[in-house]
Amino acid sequence: MPAAIQTELTPEKLAGGVQDSPLIELNGLTKTYGLGDAAFQALKGIDLTIRKGEFVVIMGPSGSGKSTLMNVLGCLDTPTSGHYLYEGIAVETLDADQRSLLRRYALGFIFQGFNLLARTSALENVELPLLYRGMSRKERHEKATAALTAVGLPTKLDSTPGELSGGQQQRVAIARAIVTEPSTLFADEPTGNLDSVTTRDIIEILTRLNVDRGITVLMVTHDENVAACAKRRVVIKDGLVESDSTSP
Amino acid sequence: MIWNAFAIAVREIGRNLTRAFLTVLGIFIGVASIITMVTLGEGATLAVKAQISSLGSNLLTLRPGAGFGQRGSSAGVPSFTERDAETLGEQIASIAAIAPVRTASLSTIYLGNARASTITGTTPIYFQINKWSLAEGRLFTDLDVRSGSAVCVIGNTVRVELFGTENPIGASIRIGRASCEVIGLLATKGQAGMGDQDDTIIMPLSSLQRRLIGKTSSHDINQISISAVEGTNSLELIAEITQIMRQRRNLQSNQDNDFNIFDTRQIAETLGSTTQLMTMLLAAVAGVSLLVGGIGIMNIMLVSVTERTHEIGIRLAIGATASEVLLQFLVEAVTLSCIGGIVGILIALGLCYGLAQVIKVPFNFNTQINVIAFAFSAIVGVLFGYTPARRAAKLNPIDALRHE
Repeated sequence: MPAAIQTELTPEKLAGGVQDSPLIELNGLTKTYGLGDAAFQALKGIDLTIRKGEFVVIMGPSGSGKSTLMNVLGCLDTPTSGHYLYEGIAVETLDADQRSLLRRYALGFIFQGFNLLARTSALENVELPLLYRGMSRKERHEKATAALTAVGLPTKLDSTPGELSGGQQQRVAIARAIVTEPSTLFADEPTGNLDSVTTRDIIEILTRLNVDRGITVLMVTHDENVAACAKRRVVIKDGLVESDSTSP
Repeated sequence: MIWNAFAIAVREIGRNLTRAFLTVLGIFIGVASIITMVTLGEGATLAVKAQISSLGSNLLTLRPGAGFGQRGSSAGVPSFTERDAETLGEQIASIAAIAPVRTASLSTIYLGNARASTITGTTPIYFQINKWSLAEGRLFTDLDVRSGSAVCVIGNTVRVELFGTENPIGASIRIGRASCEVIGLLATKGQAGMGDQDDTIIMPLSSLQRRLIGKTSSHDINQISISAVEGTNSLELIAEITQIMRQRRNLQSNQDNDFNIFDTRQIAETLGSTTQLMTMLLAAVAGVSLLVGGIGIMNIMLVSVTERTHEIGIRLAIGATASEVLLQFLVEAVTLSCIGGIVGILIALGLCYGLAQVIKVPFNFNTQINVIAFAFSAIVGVLFGYTPARRAAKLNPIDALRHE
C-alpha cells in the first residue's frame, strides 16, 4: 500500500472534519454488469454530494440501482467509471487492500440479511472488526460489550445468531458496524426482514447514532414509514438520481 | 498479523469441529493407510528374504529319482554311495563343500515323549553348507564320524516337543532301537517354503548307518549336499555334476537321468522375484490409497471453502484484507493437515506394530514413507484449502457475500 494512502486513512483524519464539509462526492458514477450485448448498466451516471452528519434515505423501485449504489459507496463493489471522493480520497483509484482498509477504519455496513458469522457468539461477531485492527483482547471485549449494550443487547453477549430473533440479529450487526466508530454507516434495507415493531426499534437506534454520535447514515429502504425518519430523501430510478429533496 | 491469523484460525477450527474432524479424518486416512500398507509389506518382504537366505544361497542337493518331490519315482532307482560324493568333490573345482547325507524316519523317545522324526546322518561340513549355527552345546566332529559315536544335534522344534523347558544338552534320547546323546542345539531357522526346518535331528553319518539302520545297504546314501564356490554359474555346475553322475551310474545316452538336482539358488531367485512383485503391488495399492486419501482431502477442503465463501465475504466487508483472510485459511489448513498427519502416523505405527506381532513379520520403521505420506497429505491439504480460498478472497466482497 502506498504510504500516501496509509497516511490519508488514519483514524484521526477519518473521524475528524467539520459537520458541513462534503463527506461523499459522486461525479458521473456508473456501474455496468456483464460484457457486450449482455451488458446491463445498473448506474448510469450518479452525481451526489453527502455531508458529514447527514441522515439520507435512498429510495426507488426494485432494480433501480439503489443497492448497487450502496455497495459501491460502501466499497463492497467497484464503479465502472466516474469519480467517487470519500473525504477527499479518490476511491476509484484504490486497490482491493486499500478499499479493505477504508472499510476497516471509516465505513460500517448493515445488511438486510444481517450477515453475521454463524455459530459465533454475538460478542465474538462484534469483536471481529476490532481483531483486524489488532486491538488487545481486553480492549476488544470492552468495546464490543459497550456496542452491544448501546443497541440494547447487554444480556445476549454469548448467544449465537441461531439463538437470536431477526431484530436481535440486526442489532448485533449494527453493534458490529459501529464498534469501530466509523464515520459513515451504510444500511441496505436493514428492516426488510423485520416486523413493524422491531423496525421501529432499529430505526430508533440508527437515528440515535446519527444524532448522538454524529455518524453519517445512508439507508436504502422502500418503506415510507422508515423513510420518514430522515430529513433528506434521494430517489433513484433507472440508474439515475430522479429527485433529491430535503425536508425542513 | 500472523499471531492474529493464528488466533482467528484456531477459533474457527473450534467453532466447527465437525468440519475440522472430517478434514483431519481425510488426511488421517490417507497417511495411515499408506504407512500401514508399506510398513507391513516391507516387513513381509524382509521375513521372506530372511527365510530364503537361511536356506543357503548357493546350495545344490542331489537325490536319486527322476524328479524332486516325486517319491514314487525313486523306488527301484539305485541310491548314491559315499564314493559318488567324494568323486564329485575331487573332480569339480567349483564345488566348495560336499556332504553325503543319509536320512531315515524313525521314532524318537525321551522319557514319556515320543514323536516321529527325520534323522539326518552326515559329516560336519553339512552344517556349513546348510548354514546351520549352534545355539548351545557343540556340533559333532570328523572324529565323531570316524568313530561312529552315538551323538546327535537337534533342532529347536525337536527340543520343544521332547524336552519342553528342560535343558536337552547331555540328555540321552532313544532313536529307533539305539540311544543317543544330545550334544548340541541348533539355532532356529523358522518356516521356509518347504516346511519346518527346525524339525530335525542331525548325527554322524557312520553312526546312523551302523547303529540305526540294518546291515543291508548300510553304506548307501540318499542325498548329496553341495555348496558351490561364490560366483559359480549354477547351470554349468549342474551340467558337470550331471555328466559325472551319468558316467558313474552307467546311463546310456538314450536313458533319462535317474537322479535330480535341486538348486536353492533357483528357488531363491523365484521367491525373490515373487517378493519383488509383491512389493511393487503393495506400492501400487499404497499409491492408489494415497491418491484416494488426497481426493478425500481435496473434496472436504473444496466443499468447506465453497461453504465458507460467504464467511470470506463477511470478513472482507468488515475490513479484513484478502491477505489476512488467506493467512487465516492457510493457518487453518496447515494446522488441520499437521494434526491429521501426526495422528495418522501415530495410529499407523501403533497398528503396524500390533499387526506385525499378529502376522509374525518384523516391524520395520521406514522414515522415508512416513515423511512422504505426511508431506503429500500436508501439501494436498494446504493446496486445496488455500487455492479456493484465494479465489474467494479475490472477489469483490459483495460477490463473496452472495454465496449462501
